[in-house]
Amino acid sequence: MTSFLPPSERIWWKVPIGRQELVWIGIALVWCLIMFFMMPYWHLYGKQNLSNEAYQTTPASFQAKVDGMVEQYKVGEEAGMPVVRPPAGSDIYMLGRLWQWYPILELEKDKSYRLHLSSMDWNHGFSLQPVNINLQIIPGYEMVLTVTPDQIGDYAVVCNEYCGIGHHTMLGKIYVKEI
Amino acid sequence: MARFRVCPDSGFYFDKSAESLMKVNAVAAAVSLLIAGIMALGVILTRWQEVHLLPADLFYQALTLHGINALIFWIIFFEIAIMYFAASTLLRCRLAAPKWAWTGFVLMIIGAVMNNVAVFQGRSSVMMTSYAPMQAEPHFYLGLILFAVGALIGCFVFLGTLVIAKDEKTYEGSIPLVTFGALTACIIAVFTIACGAIILIPTFLWSIGYINHIDAAMYRLVWWGLGHSSQQINVAAHVSVWYLIAGVLFGARPMSEKVSRSAFLLYILFLQLASAHHILVDPGISSEWKVFNTSYAMYLAVLASMIHGLTVPGSVEVAQRAKGLTKGMFEWLRKAPWDNPVFSGFFLSLIIFGFIGGITGVVMGTEQINLIIHNTIYVPAHFHATVAVGTTLAFMALTYLLIPVLFRRALFLPWVAKMQPYVFSAGMTLMILFMLGAGTLGVSRRHWDMDFTGALLSFEYPGTAYVMMAVAGIGGVLGVLGGVMYLVVTVGSLVFGKKLDESAGFLQSFGLPLPAATYNISRADPVPMAPRLAVEEHGSAGFEAPGTFVLAMALLVCFVVYYFINWGYLASVWPLS
Ligand code: HEM
Ligand SMILES: [Cu+2]
Repeated sequence: MTSFLPPSERIWWKVPIGRQELVWIGIALVWCLIMFFMMPYWHLYGKQNLSNEAYQTTPASFQAKVDGMVEQYKVGEEAGMPVVRPPAGSDIYMLGRLWQWYPILELEKDKSYRLHLSSMDWNHGFSLQPVNINLQIIPGYEMVLTVTPDQIGDYAVVCNEYCGIGHHTMLGKIYVKEI
Repeated sequence: MARFRVCPDSGFYFDKSAESLMKVNAVAAAVSLLIAGIMALGVILTRWQEVHLLPADLFYQALTLHGINALIFWIIFFEIAIMYFAASTLLRCRLAAPKWAWTGFVLMIIGAVMNNVAVFQGRSSVMMTSYAPMQAEPHFYLGLILFAVGALIGCFVFLGTLVIAKDEKTYEGSIPLVTFGALTACIIAVFTIACGAIILIPTFLWSIGYINHIDAAMYRLVWWGLGHSSQQINVAAHVSVWYLIAGVLFGARPMSEKVSRSAFLLYILFLQLASAHHILVDPGISSEWKVFNTSYAMYLAVLASMIHGLTVPGSVEVAQRAKGLTKGMFEWLRKAPWDNPVFSGFFLSLIIFGFIGGITGVVMGTEQINLIIHNTIYVPAHFHATVAVGTTLAFMALTYLLIPVLFRRALFLPWVAKMQPYVFSAGMTLMILFMLGAGTLGVSRRHWDMDFTGALLSFEYPGTAYVMMAVAGIGGVLGVLGGVMYLVVTVGSLVFGKKLDESAGFLQSFGLPLPAATYNISRADPVPMAPRLAVEEHGSAGFEAPGTFVLAMALLVCFVVYYFINWGYLASVWPLS
């Protein structure tokens, strides 16, 4: 009478299912459906969704776009890295490479920007702290999403995809200001 | 020619060649766990920031070794042993093609050694995921490929044995539920290994310069076809082990064969979608695809696990109540053999897998919630609840059963064995809970230094994150201690344990068969069908296992609450679209 012997009924699939199991399967199924419909629901009514916008790109062409933005909107420098303040609503760029996030961005609170992200070499992880938004950055792909920073402050971009021995030194910055 | 022996204590039949193969696979598994455990100590003591034991290069090397040896080598060697047990021993059937089975085993050993050597040499610290375009040495990939080919051969030996058993009518009726679960694991394994071949062979060719480009996003998509589905193998395997242990200890039978088998079937039907969990925040993948796949088409595989979550303890409860332990909701559980490590390991594995591993897994696999969790230390916390407690502890519990039955040795230091499941699961649970917490605060996984020493810019995690990582460190050390206890008991039993058969000497522990005279049965009687029970005819109208139902509802409440807490947390971060 055990689980490791052949079933006691030859035609076991005809044996009716007990009440307890039926009730549980019913409850579990309802819960699974609720969880399933939460995702489309959030796409319609929630504020945190990823866009499906992404392009294939090359390191060189992405670098060119970043350099273009840096040249046009550079406002300062910090630790040898340009600080860039692009206008609200514009396309902004950040690239990951061994081992930095480039450049530093200065954004305006409650304004939306189209943020483009890509990698020059290996996989990197864009981990915005302390907000805790995490994105996978893959070489050859340019990810675009609209961000609306809703609190002022100094934010760090930690790399959270292992990218070699200097991985832990890979830090970037995003400043959000009231202008 | 006689080829079977019957274990006088358990009544299990062992085919001579299957028995040797089970032993060598189990021993290889234990050696892999030893390496993984040593590395775990290095890893956890480095992540405990105040200790910060290893330098960066050794840390990443140790982490690569830890992940591969624990997740791949330990678990898969053990699973091959389980498959042979489920096919040959449970069906009383000779093993199909033992020579092929040995070839497979040798390939797995060569592959595992080659891969370990590559990582020890130091230029292949690429983590078990080895995301291209980060490149390891060619023998890193070649080792994994050989290992996979060997495992694939093992799968076919298992399937061949099922065919022989059917042909030779070694059992009546249908295959037992435990064998059905092992079959599920095997089918998934074949799919998984195919994905592995599709991605690892080109990657190997790329590492020796034959191919000059591997698309990084494609790599992740296909790699996770291997990486996630293989976790479904583990689930199917350890759920089968749960059913097996419940059957051996309590004579438990499935509450309903139909329900339990359908639940296994759901794993097969929906597993290949699970690759999506790992690429929810990758560029270039549409939301519709993500939503459909991450939920395995509406969470039907989750449903399957929730079903097993009820039917496994439910089967124990029904069996215990039949023995007269009917007082209140929980007498059946209170009076269970808590000092038998086979039971305590099994039950703790079940509870921690369900309550922690299951819930966190579904939460972080939700498309949008993944944004606040991806690649944080929350992720390893989750899968330690699933593979390091769920699967590993279930296998440990099974080992305590196998030492007398398969190896014919009494347990060495039984009091250590008695405490082991408690120490291991207490340590791991502590580590898991605090790593979940640290992940919520943004601490990342696979990261050597949360102080960012040497970075040009700076960032400080909140003090609580440090405290959490320190507590996780203490838990991890306790977990490693639990692992040491397991290895002391198992290795000690094989070497010093009292011989249950005069002839079960040292070498018999490592795969040599017992003397020929022990194998005195040439054709086993067919496995009989389980005796009939009254309830089976009409299905039970009442609740046969009310205590289990209460536990299941408790799980559901935790699940619902925790799920919506995370949505709330997500709603508080920067709007994105
Ligand atoms: C014995 C106690 C154990 C401890 C203290 C431990 C500790 C850890 C820690 C702290 C990490 C994450 C490090 C990081 O991402 O920075 C980790 C990763 C991992 N662990 Fe464990 N672990 C243990 C047992 C196990 C077991 C039994 C398994 C599997 C069966 C396992 C599988 C893994 C895997 C697959 C990874 C991911 C490696 C990677 O990111 O590539 N661990 N472990
Ligand atoms: Cu990086």
